[in-house]
Amino acid sequence: MSGIPHDHYEPKSNIEKWLDARLPIVGLIYGTIMIPTPKNLNWMWIWGIVLAFCLVLQLITGIVLAMHYTPHVDMAFDSVEHIMRDVNAGWAMRYMHMNGASLFFAAVYLHIFRGLYYGSYKAPREITWIIGMLIYLAMMATAFMGYVLPWGQMSFWGATVITGLFGAIPGIGEALQTWLLGGPAVDNATLNRFFSLHYLIPFVIAALVAVHIWAFHTTGNGNPSGVEVRRGSKEEAKKDTVPFWPYYVIKDLLALVVILIIFTAIIGFMPNFLGHPDNYIQANPLVTPAHIVPEWFFLPFYAILRAFTADVMIVQITSFITGGIIDAKFFGVLAMFGSIAVMALVPWLDTSSVRSGKYRPMFKYWYWLFIIDFFVLMWCGAMPAEPPYSLISLYASYYWFGYFLIILPLLGVLEKPLPVPETIEADFDAHYPPKDADASAAK
Amino acid sequence: MKSIILSALVALGLSFGGTAALAAGGESHIEDYAFSFEGPFGKYDQDQLQRGLQVYTEVCAACHGLRLVAFRNLGDEGGPSYGPEEVKAYAKTWDIYNAELDEDLPGKPSDKFPANTGAGAPDLSVMAKARAGFHGPYGLLFNQLTKGMGGPEYIASILTGYDGHESEQAGTTLYGNTAFPGGNISMAPPLEDGLVEYADGSKNDVVHMAQDVSAFLMWAAEPKLMARKKFGFTAFIFLTILGVLLYLTNKKLWAPIKRKDA
Repeated sequence: MSGIPHDHYEPKSNIEKWLDARLPIVGLIYGTIMIPTPKNLNWMWIWGIVLAFCLVLQLITGIVLAMHYTPHVDMAFDSVEHIMRDVNAGWAMRYMHMNGASLFFAAVYLHIFRGLYYGSYKAPREITWIIGMLIYLAMMATAFMGYVLPWGQMSFWGATVITGLFGAIPGIGEALQTWLLGGPAVDNATLNRFFSLHYLIPFVIAALVAVHIWAFHTTGNGNPSGVEVRRGSKEEAKKDTVPFWPYYVIKDLLALVVILIIFTAIIGFMPNFLGHPDNYIQANPLVTPAHIVPEWFFLPFYAILRAFTADVMIVQITSFITGGIIDAKFFGVLAMFGSIAVMALVPWLDTSSVRSGKYRPMFKYWYWLFIIDFFVLMWCGAMPAEPPYSLISLYASYYWFGYFLIILPLLGVLEKPLPVPETIEADFDAHYPPKDADASAAK
Repeated sequence: MKSIILSALVALGLSFGGTAALAAGGESHIEDYAFSFEGPFGKYDQDQLQRGLQVYTEVCAACHGLRLVAFRNLGDEGGPSYGPEEVKAYAKTWDIYNAELDEDLPGKPSDKFPANTGAGAPDLSVMAKARAGFHGPYGLLFNQLTKGMGGPEYIASILTGYDGHESEQAGTTLYGNTAFPGGNISMAPPLEDGLVEYADGSKNDVVHMAQDVSAFLMWAAEPKLMARKKFGFTAFIFLTILGVLLYLTNKKLWAPIKRKDA
């Protein structure tokens, strides 16, 4: 499976040979966990395992929760409280599932930002990146629908606002929204289909994850230096890599346990920290909450959605050119989906010949400004849509698009990159010098 | 090293981002009452929960339901912890509607407190989690850990926040309240000094009764709080031990690769 030369599984005993001739599953597992992995990976390369853990955690807790949950507008809220009160360890399942979504997104953002800094998306890993973006989109759909299931006030009104986005599409919008909701408004039909899809999409994610792993097991892992593993021979490749088991399995497990200490502390001591109190009020179509706020991981995109109001010049120009077909509301929807689309297209927008941001002196500043921009947008998304937040959201949204559409294409041309290490081995040796070379200097 | 700083920064940013969602709030004043169940080591005070139940039964229940809480829960460990006979006797004092017979019967421990929608008063089952007393993005992470979201503080502040001012709006009398968003609440002041006679002779002025019933409502909203904190500590201890072992394993494993002494 892997393109990097390495030892393959050899069936030895008769039973192993028998099985291998019929189903080479042991070889597949062996190849997957023994994959040669660059030996210079830093701690930002642990998020994949954390994400895999999150997916399994959400599946297990979710399947148990589904055994006790009732997807009906009159019973959903009470059935969640039934889980919290009467089901054995139900409160733990529910709080883990609820906060597991936050851990999932925290990890996926760190994973994505890692990729953006070290150029993990660049050739030949474009497919890995695109599949990753599809996983991210599927995660957002799953999380959004999951948040509707407890049938609290934020569930209901969040669903109303977000499905309303589809209503903004010119022409077919209203019909599409009605079709999605299963009626003119968010109601029992909506809750039922959201429950069904919330159960389904995670399995689609699991399949996509398999493809994601398959893709990067073919190209090999990226690494902080951005230099590829030498593939001339097994011996050469061995100088740049260590097998995934046991080296990275143990390292990743260590990182996972540290993260789980924080995660279980949140569940044990402040499980509702990332939730909204309004979601402990049963959904009421007649009472609109004072502030409708999505969960924290949607806030940056919620800010972009709201940033492009009718008084913004680019919105007015677009509206004029399209004869009013693209109005402010639809513009906001396009901007929100566009903000993820430009991120998905980054393999073709970044023109630099150097992969890792470590060796790109100008890129670094723009990158960290982009990270700050992400948090500014997150903060704006939590604030009411009024001055000065609306203006800050607008400029922060401009930077988001500017980063992908202008800065990254230009930087590749303007920037003079620093020298890149010859090999991964050289990069690693620079951190951990060989003993015979400077045994005396070390003392 | 750089990557550690990076992860720390992002993690910090994420936590602030989370808190920002709660930042929008009114100007109402929430008194920061001290409750026994605050912080990681906090526990429910069994006597206070029993007093709070009494306040709920004699005062609040006239208008507010508690439909998600079962009478049997009053005997749960970590809660008011009444004995089985006491729970039975208490349940009997309630009339519970039986749909099959279409008549009210004396309550059983397996019954739930009745819903009460007559006066338009909200159900109190999860009220202590449905209101946040503390707002503002600064230090909220720490606040959450040591004080929670301020739900019981909010309830107690409403009960003690009446300023004596009355006004009329669309035929309804509104009562001035320093804790309620907007400053006017349609609930008449429910408590007055000495209204409930505690069996244990505890102080029964408005401030004490308000805190007692708020503590009870926190228990009603989060009956598994003690089990949850125990889980937190157990997980912390075992994961820390596992973490140390993995750290040592990882160090030894990588030592030859990194050319260090194990």
